[in-house]
Amino acid sequence: MAWFKKHQYTIIKNVSKPPAIQAGPEGAKWESCPNCKELILQETLIKNLRVCHHCAYHMRLSADERIQVLVDAGAFEPMFMDIRPANPLGFPGYGDKLSGDASAREAIVTGVGKLGGMETAMGVMEFGFMGGSMGTVVGERVARTFEYAAEKSLPVLMVTSSGGARMQEGIFSLMQMAKTSAAVAGYRRACRRPYVSLLCDPTTGGTTASFAMLGDVLIGESGALIGFAGPRVIEQTIRQKLPAGFQRAEFLLEHGFLDMVLPRKDVRPTLIKIFSWL
Amino acid sequence: MPFYYDFEQPIESLDEDVEKLKQQQAAGQDVRERLDKLEARLLEKKREVYANLTSWQRVQLARHPMRPGALQILPHLLDDFLELHGDRQFRDDPAVVTGLGRLGGKTLLVAAQAKGKGTQETLRRNFGMAHPEGYRKALRIFETASRLGCPILTIVDTPGAYPGLAAEERGQAEAIARNLLEMSDLGAPILTVIISEGGSGGALGLAVADRIYMLENAIYSVISPEGCAAILWKDAARAPEAAGALKLTADELLKMGLIDGIIPEPLGGAHRDVIQSANEIRRTLELALADVLQAPVDELCRRRRKRFRTIGT
Ligand SMILES: [Zn+2]
Repeated sequence: MAWFKKHQYTIIKNVSKPPAIQAGPEGAKWESCPNCKELILQETLIKNLRVCHHCAYHMRLSADERIQVLVDAGAFEPMFMDIRPANPLGFPGYGDKLSGDASAREAIVTGVGKLGGMETAMGVMEFGFMGGSMGTVVGERVARTFEYAAEKSLPVLMVTSSGGARMQEGIFSLMQMAKTSAAVAGYRRACRRPYVSLLCDPTTGGTTASFAMLGDVLIGESGALIGFAGPRVIEQTIRQKLPAGFQRAEFLLEHGFLDMVLPRKDVRPTLIKIFSWL
Repeated sequence: MPFYYDFEQPIESLDEDVEKLKQQQAAGQDVRERLDKLEARLLEKKREVYANLTSWQRVQLARHPMRPGALQILPHLLDDFLELHGDRQFRDDPAVVTGLGRLGGKTLLVAAQAKGKGTQETLRRNFGMAHPEGYRKALRIFETASRLGCPILTIVDTPGAYPGLAAEERGQAEAIARNLLEMSDLGAPILTVIISEGGSGGALGLAVADRIYMLENAIYSVISPEGCAAILWKDAARAPEAAGALKLTADELLKMGLIDGIIPEPLGGAHRDVIQSANEIRRTLELALADVLQAPVDELCRRRRKRFRTIGT
């Protein structure tokens, strides 16, 4: 029975650098896989949703790329994007980061998108902006998304990729953990629709320890690093190397903290199934 | 052995002089006049030193090796206490102490982060850094409180949730997230006192409350000053600067409207007089309790949700 087939593990080495774009021999654009270092033709990479066909490594996606991969073509309406960052503590050097287009998008894009024709309230985190860290803008947009969904009785999808709370907003960023968790509680109270959380590489710290872990269904993308403390902090604490695969999505599945781990190509059809069944 | 930080040096030498004179007095010498004078000078010096503490000096006092923890304070704060153990799922986490407490004729359900004193006890309690089962144990008693209609008291004192291998295996993030969700909607009044260190999500996991108080020299922060300085400036030695930038003192948090009040400490810090510190906490809690018990529980929940909903909008 295919329902219960053993899923395949991907072996992921630690990767931090973004993929380098290189010009190939015929002037074609090539990228090297950050995991296995093989060169891949960009066209192939895009066709494969930026998954390496040599080693199955899932490259990180920007919020826009993620929306393209998940949502029906052209069926995404951004919302709450007028909420803009401030520097609530007057933290030195932080104000400089808060200007320009990237800061308007901040670390999450929220709105309503269609999945297989079904309207879904959603938030997609942008790891490229300050490591996807959660400050007041992320907290507020997430809370409004849940409130909007409750009002319209829409299902919610959150796609997380975040290093955790945003240090430069100090205690205010910590409080966004409480705010977003309370928003999930409010949504649960207000309507009987599902919240699905898709945890992507990497999801750690305050983001994991709040709304990311509170979905009715929790999906990890293949190979995603998911945890509370980052691997480096743990290694420093216990003074030993972490075993291979530690804190990867497959590890969380094994320990009972995810409902499923999916390769990227299976995420959209699975979401459509869940939202049409619940 | 008493312990002093560099900025407390003038007090240390005066303390020593006072101690010497007291010994002479005990030996029958008449030093009364000199002692009175010296004690007056000591008091003046203390006022001077402790009136204008920097953020970093507060961090140091919050981490003072002799600073009383929950296990030292609770016996003076509560009239009686019955400890309850275990999360009913995996084990009993000694970093979080839970139980039934009596305060002025009322029963409270208590969850307190406990650092422990002495090497052995400190290790057993893991420096007050809870594993997931610590948060689940607290949640278990929160649920009991809500079902039985008892108010909840949480004592926060932790550098953070434990960043270890087993903690990750057992779902540290999930345990904290669940507490945040459940506490935001819990049908019982929740009072929180941050007595020393409120370390990030590990503290917040017990601090989604109707009333949040901090001891005068306690700190509450998203990250330790050392961690912040190391990440931001690649230099943990710049922690004092980070402590200032993070605005983590009780004063600053009150000004930003994130806590409800500051509980005064004896001059020089809570470790100078544990009983007085406990009495001050008790005074604050009695007033807060009378206040929250007046409101219907639904109304309290609504206000609690609104409180966290409106932070940083
Ligand atoms: Zn590869």
